[in-house]
Amino acid sequence: MKKTWLALFSMLLILGAIGCSNPSSSSDSEPAKAEAEKKPQDIELLNVSYDPTREFYEAFNKSFASSWKEKTGQNVKINQSHGGSGKQSRSVIDGLEADIVTLALAYDIDAIAEAGKLSENWQQKLADNSSPYTSTIVFLVRKGNPKGIQDWNDLVKSGVSVISPNPKTSGGARWNYLAAWGYALKQNNNDEEKAKAFVKKLFKNVPVLDSGARGSTTTFVERGIGDVLIAWENEAFLAMNELGKDKFEIVVPSVSILAEPPVTVVDQVAKKHGTEEAAKAYLDYLYTEEGQKIAAENYYRPRSKEALEKYGSQFPEINLFTIDEQFGGWKKAQKVHFDDGGVFDEIYKP
Amino acid sequence: MYVKAAADKKGNLVPLMRKWVLILISLTFVGVFILVPLAAVFFEALKKGIELYFLSLTEPDAWSAIKLTLTIAAISVPLNTLFGVIAAWGIAKFEFKGKNILITLIDIPFAVSPVIAGLVFVLLFGSQGLLGPFLEAHNVKIIFAIPGIVLATIFVTFPFVVRELLPIMEEQGTEEEQAALTLGAGGWQIFWRVTLPNIKWGLLYGVILCNARAMGEFGAVSVVSGHIRGLTNTLPLHVEILYNEYNFTAAFASASLLALLALFTLLLKSIVEWKSIKKRH
Repeated sequence: MKKTWLALFSMLLILGAIGCSNPSSSSDSEPAKAEAEKKPQDIELLNVSYDPTREFYEAFNKSFASSWKEKTGQNVKINQSHGGSGKQSRSVIDGLEADIVTLALAYDIDAIAEAGKLSENWQQKLADNSSPYTSTIVFLVRKGNPKGIQDWNDLVKSGVSVISPNPKTSGGARWNYLAAWGYALKQNNNDEEKAKAFVKKLFKNVPVLDSGARGSTTTFVERGIGDVLIAWENEAFLAMNELGKDKFEIVVPSVSILAEPPVTVVDQVAKKHGTEEAAKAYLDYLYTEEGQKIAAENYYRPRSKEALEKYGSQFPEINLFTIDEQFGGWKKAQKVHFDDGGVFDEIYKP
Repeated sequence: MYVKAAADKKGNLVPLMRKWVLILISLTFVGVFILVPLAAVFFEALKKGIELYFLSLTEPDAWSAIKLTLTIAAISVPLNTLFGVIAAWGIAKFEFKGKNILITLIDIPFAVSPVIAGLVFVLLFGSQGLLGPFLEAHNVKIIFAIPGIVLATIFVTFPFVVRELLPIMEEQGTEEEQAALTLGAGGWQIFWRVTLPNIKWGLLYGVILCNARAMGEFGAVSVVSGHIRGLTNTLPLHVEILYNEYNFTAAFASASLLALLALFTLLLKSIVEWKSIKKRH
């Protein structure tokens, strides 16, 4: 008996010892060191992205890896992390070692720049405001559109339950909010007070605020809550195709916002990992015809004329305004609407 | 007692009925809130066939999540066992100032929300945190890597072993140890031959509970993980990711694996309970 216990306890001690040694060996498996240990030509990149890009980057990463291998003979493995754009930005600021960030809106990358992890002028480094693809905000409704939703003003009617993520954490939700605001401005001769009342009324109709776009989609689609989901166009298409064209339909509002999800290299991290070149190539690949094609196949609006010609018919024509013309850019919009004590805090009282 | 009550002077059956009503209520409650959801998990997981079930558990990301979860448990449980025994021993067998404060401190992880537990580590070890710049300068990665997940897990599972051992050790007092001491036993000898055999069932019970929580923890781990699939995704986080990717079968397959681990743990727990009761009588 004594011996069994002695054996058992020494086993625990050994396990403990392994435990103590493990954290150090695991930190060896960080990309930077692992690189040195493996064959020198292997390389790893971490792309920290927002919620609805999962399917897109899964396809894109495969394509980039084979193209990179062809060009350089080097194996590249791309790791992915997804979540609400604001939350992901926070993680990178707190030390998540992303070589690349591909987020929902420029402000979230600005925040990383402010923390000193990349240069302030990041958005000028790539074409089209560093946004290789665009999207917009549309509505997803249940089949047959039982509540007869056609445009933004239908969302503020009483008895309409609207699903949107939380603008505090989700990039998509901030686009939703600004799209609604922009619509109200256009309807009311740019009267800010009327726009505020409109958006306030709209968010009164939102029963749950999920933290990310994907969470909202599952709330609407899987849990069956709400009459209309305000969503990224690509997310609406994906939900419809993944989960049944017989259950949902997309409604395109009269006006919406041109959403430009930007991409950039996190200089500080890439430098540390020695992955600057591959990270840059990864982003450049987004602008190639192949990258544009994959984006379009995943319902992002491509920038290239060729891809637009080929896939343009799948995207409905919408009258789009930009954040710069309507709100004076992201920094200003963030400060006025979404920062603590901003307009959103004022109008949304759960 | 109930036989007596059932046949009381008027011969009414109220106490007997009360017994069955109580049993019925508890059974319904357990059925609705525990058995049905559990069955639903397995039903969803196996809905599209057993092949897809195993396929979704063996694909690389799931497999790495399983391995990571087991690694985390293999590190944090032994450490907590060691700390737990030491702390419980110190508290139960010795008198010192601030003992009550120590006991209260040990309970903090039970009282604090796991999300806060995670955030604490971000505040400490994150780039903007207290120790962040120092760690980064020395290329040590804690947060958004395995060490961070281990720390968060240790934090939330810390009280299990101590809390299980304390009442047993306090109840037993120090007589046996003192007797051993007067017979000339050394410190280690006393621990191995007197203390440990007395607490072994309680210890095992604490270890099992600690392990169950270590493998199932979501909140704290979610905050410090960074959610990099294939690298820092534990099984509970993997379930969430799959669910969010409309990959319901795979999500529920992973969930069912967690549920199986939990059921297995409960089985072990019952055996330990049964054994310790048998031993006491």
